[in-house]
Amino acid sequence: MPAPAKRKNRRRIPRGAGLLLLLLAGLASVVCAQEKPYFVAYDSQMEEPGNLEIGINPVIGLPKAGNGFLATSIEFEYGVKAWWTTEFYLDGQRTFGDSTIFTGFRWENRFRVLRGEHWINPVLYLEYESLNDADRTLLEVVSFDGGRGPLDPNAEARREHKHEIEGKLILSSNWRGWNFSENFIAEKNLANEPWEFGYALGLSRPLALAASARECTLCRENVRAGLEMYGGLGDRHNLTLSGTSHYLGPVLAWDLPRGMTVRVSPQFGLTPSSYRSLIRFGVSYELAGFGRRVRGLFR
Amino acid sequence: MFLGPALFCGVAIAKKGQPTDAELAAKLRKAPAAASSWRNPYEGQSDAVAAGLKLFKHHCAECHAPEALEKSKAADLRSSALQNAPPGVLFWLLKNGNRSDGMPAWSALPDQQRWQIVTYLKSLGPASQEAGVVRRPAGIR
Repeated sequence: MPAPAKRKNRRRIPRGAGLLLLLLAGLASVVCAQEKPYFVAYDSQMEEPGNLEIGINPVIGLPKAGNGFLATSIEFEYGVKAWWTTEFYLDGQRTFGDSTIFTGFRWENRFRVLRGEHWINPVLYLEYESLNDADRTLLEVVSFDGGRGPLDPNAEARREHKHEIEGKLILSSNWRGWNFSENFIAEKNLANEPWEFGYALGLSRPLALAASARECTLCRENVRAGLEMYGGLGDRHNLTLSGTSHYLGPVLAWDLPRGMTVRVSPQFGLTPSSYRSLIRFGVSYELAGFGRRVRGLFR
Repeated sequence: MFLGPALFCGVAIAKKGQPTDAELAAKLRKAPAAASSWRNPYEGQSDAVAAGLKLFKHHCAECHAPEALEKSKAADLRSSALQNAPPGVLFWLLKNGNRSDGMPAWSALPDQQRWQIVTYLKSLGPASQEAGVVRRPAGIR
């Protein structure tokens, strides 16, 4: 009987459209997050409860030999509670002169440990990632990760698949408008490989501490500037700086009206094992009250 | 697939009602004694009220209603507990948040911006007892 099938289809379309409308409705909400300017380092700031942030973070990498690459991660960050933020990433990669491939996904959770604000605010970070060896988003650098030689062809690199867990201890302090963030990273490939270690450091400040009385886009208060540094620290068998990659670069974040933030950072390899340079971009959009709207769909 | 974790988490959020005046007063008593003596550097400045309103719309309005003048799911910012609290205690509350009730810590905002928000909140004054009367702060349209 065709009629019921048609009715079924008719019901499905509005539900799909409903999700789309939900996202568009979110776009209408005016909200500004306390957006971190860093690309690799984390501070203690959590996503506001019920808000969803959607972001895209491309990185252009220039190795010392061989072709460059463009890696991108698409990010969905959600504030579950004031003390718990969850984030889901989809990663892809294009090697110039080679192919464009999907490299895998990550799911991370951050938990703010202490109530209230302290001189040093600890946050625990737990992540599971399922990525192939072609992934070059470099959202963390651990062990002897590096860019000394040319990249393996994507067709070859994608065959090796890694399932990894990662923990971070995030320490962050806010003082007179400055943010100081220190991350200690431990990562383990579940295929019986040793623990690998790394670090990330960040320092930033808004260009103006007090807000102006008028709505404005090109105000100094909307721009944060700082520095970011990160690198590998070897593994459990060889805890060392020797042969590891390290990067340093300025970071700049600009909060635009209607919840959008644009970030940019040219970063430079500091050791022979590092890529020569990385150019990072980020655009993110905050959807306020996303959780409330989703709950409304199920009532 | 993209929305899966977010949908799960969205449904996982606990629902809580608006806290009563007594509950708010109890939360504010957790502030350190020294906070009562912290002086608002922007007290009574109309520019700071306007800047505070702008910051409020950006950071707080989603939970506390557009200008804190209407009923919302979060704490009533014109309740007598909040309006009678010293400015330093409100500053402390903004900095530390109240995570058990879902209020995030606004510690990433510079001190100056938190004081501007406090200046705006203090300009609201207590809610009118007459139902439906909305009083806007002087100089704010």
